[in-house]
This record gives sequence, C-alpha cells and structure tokens, in this order.
Amino acid sequence: MWSSNWVREALAVLAKDIRSEYRTRYAFSAVLLFAVTALAVVSFSVSPYSLDADVQAAFLWIVLFFSAMTGLSRSFVREEEARTAMTLRLSTAPEAVYVGKLLFNIALQGAVAAVVVPLFLVLMDVAPAHPGLLASATILGTMALASSSTIIAAIVSRANAKGAIFAVLAFPVTLPGLSSAIRATTAALRGAVGSGSALVAGAAGDLRALAAYSVLMIASSLLLFDFVWDD
Amino acid sequence: MELIIDSVSMSYGARRVLHDVTARAGTGQVLVIAGPNGSGKSTLVRMVARLARPTDGRVLWKLDGRALPATDIRRAIGMVSPDLTLYDELSAAENLRFFAQVRGLSATPEFVRSLLDRFGLGGRGGDLVRAYSSGMKQRLKYAFALMHDPPLLILDEPTANLDERGVALVHDTIAQARLRKCVVMATNEPEEVRLGDVVIQLGA
Repeated sequence: MWSSNWVREALAVLAKDIRSEYRTRYAFSAVLLFAVTALAVVSFSVSPYSLDADVQAAFLWIVLFFSAMTGLSRSFVREEEARTAMTLRLSTAPEAVYVGKLLFNIALQGAVAAVVVPLFLVLMDVAPAHPGLLASATILGTMALASSSTIIAAIVSRANAKGAIFAVLAFPVTLPGLSSAIRATTAALRGAVGSGSALVAGAAGDLRALAAYSVLMIASSLLLFDFVWDD
Repeated sequence: MELIIDSVSMSYGARRVLHDVTARAGTGQVLVIAGPNGSGKSTLVRMVARLARPTDGRVLWKLDGRALPATDIRRAIGMVSPDLTLYDELSAAENLRFFAQVRGLSATPEFVRSLLDRFGLGGRGGDLVRAYSSGMKQRLKYAFALMHDPPLLILDEPTANLDERGVALVHDTIAQARLRKCVVMATNEPEEVRLGDVVIQLGA
C-alpha cells in the first residue's frame, strides 16, 4: 500500500548528512586536521629522498587509514549521540540508511583524499611515474576504506568507548584492502622498477582486488545491516 | 488498523520490566498505557513502535485483517516521544522535507508549509530546530508523526513541554485521530487517561 524507493531515500539521507556536515563541520575538520598535521610532521622531519616508494606509499595510506578512523564512524555515532537514530529507524528503510551513510562516507573520505594526496606529492616531493594508476588506487582505496568503515561504525555506534573499538575492529577488516592499495600506490610511485607490462599486470591485480573487496564489503553489509541497525 | 499486544514480557538481564501484558485496540480506539515512573510505559511504547522486541510474547500489527509485513509497519506508524529527536542543525522545514522524502512522500514546499501551519509553526519554518523552544519542538514532532497520515498514532507523554494552547492543539489532534486511527498513548495525566477505550495499568 505504500510506495518504496530506497534509492531515493538513500539520496535523501546523503543530502541530509552533507547539509548537517556543512553546518557543523563535525567530521571534516577533525579528519583534515589529523591528515594535514601527520603529513606535515613527517615531511618536515624525514628527508623525502631517503624514503623508498613502498615506504612513501605505506605512509600515505597510514595517514588515509587513520583519517578514516577519525571521521568515518561519526556518521552513525552522531545519530546515536544526538538521539536522532531512533527517529531515523522509525522513518527510514535500513538499506536506505546504510547506502546513504556509505555514500556520505565515500564523499567525505574522497574529499580528504583529494586534499591529502596532492599535499603528499608536494610535501614529499614525489612525481608519480603513473599518475593514472595513483588516481585509480586512491579512488578504489577510498571506496574500500569507506565500505568497511561504514558497517563497523554502525556496529560500534551504540557501544561505549566507540573510538577505540572502531579502530580495533576496523584494522583487521580493512587490512586486505589497505595492503592492495599500498602495493598499487607503490607501483604508481615507483614506475621505473621492473618491466612496464609486469608492473601494469601487478598493479591491475591489486586494483581488481580493491574493487572486489569493496563489492564484497558492500554486499555483505547490505545483508547484515538490517540486524545491526534494528536489533 | 488493529494492534494486538499478546502476553508481552520484557527483561533487562535479571530485572523484569514488563510481565505478561495483553491488550488489543483497533481503529477508532485509544489505548492508554498508564503507570508510575519506571513501570515500563516507554518500553511498551517502543515495542508497539517496533523499536524494541519483547523477550516473551509478541506484538502484531494488522491492517484490513492481515498482519503487516515488517517493511510496512514503519510506514503505518506515527510517533511522538521524548526519545525521538529531530535534527537540531537543520531547520524545521528541512527536517520535515527530509522525513517526507524518506517516507516516499512528495516533499513539496507547499506540503511542508501546510504541515508547519497546521501545528502553529508557520513563519518559523526556516529557523534551525536548535533555536526552537521545547514546546515548539514538541509541535514539530507532531508534524513529523502525522505527515504520512499513519493508521497507528503512538504518543509517549503527548503534552510534555506544551503550553495551554499546545495542550489544546494536541487534545484536538487526538480527538480527530481517534476517528480514523488507532491511538496508543502513554501518560499519567488523569484527563488523558480518561480518553482511553482500553487502559493498560502498569505497576511500579
């Protein structure tokens, strides 16, 4: 008897979260402050030329990972703390809430990456050998971080000591995606080492692994979210 | 709409909050849940709104004689409760537009304006909710609860924070709602308890 279009509902949740974030800067400021501070501290204390591409790539993803840990839980935690979660439960389909929050987290982490990655290249004085590969690794890595963080944030949002639990739970879940992103980024930065075709084949495998990881996380989250959100 | 509360019990660990509560109410009836503080009124209200599940027994929501599927129960319910909070950082109009969108309603400016006018908030729709008084927030919650014309209206402490005019507005709303809806109300106000066709009296 009632029409349901959860895609439209999910977009409404996304628009609401973006508007709330724009008004409060609840997550973006904290995430960006952490990311920029970490980048600045390391780049000023370590000579960029002394770091190999794999160390640089690991450093970039450590910054992006902890930025995600700082900010991505907040979309759910904030609903619980402001006591709006129950209003949302009463009015919105669970899958619309999940997809809306996921899209918001992708947008937030994407915005952070859009600031952090160019800043990283400038501060570390890095000229990536394959800029397209770096962009692909960043986009897919962002998707992977956001997809795993969103469901974990929903799980921990009603717990005490949310921040600590979030990071502890997120690390093992995120690790496979994170290691693929680091390898793909290393290939994008290094470039000259190894034959071109081997490099591309290896990096393509990592990008496929990242895409598969995100699809798997999103599909399993959609199946599980109803229980996480309603129970 | 028919609401069936069938031998419902609720415990939090060893502490039993509700024990074997049974009641039934339909369209045109007001079910009142009364009892002192801590007697489990709000817990029972949350179960009726499907926001909590009983440890024993069951709650059934029927429409036209058929049990509603889980996906439709949410849309059949309108609720006003101190446990429900709207978004402080959004304006009243933005809140109503958002909740209309997620409920699949046509969230036109006219629709939002008519809701605000109906609950005495016309002209203040652009204000952020954080700037509202508690009474205005309570009125906004009524607009949220009734925007989709739900067949089941659940009211937890329905006149909390309202001034005399607000109380009159709520009583008028209940009087209109009971003609076409099933109304569930948790209250200790004697005047509101008297409105009940069915009364569940909970102990301490």
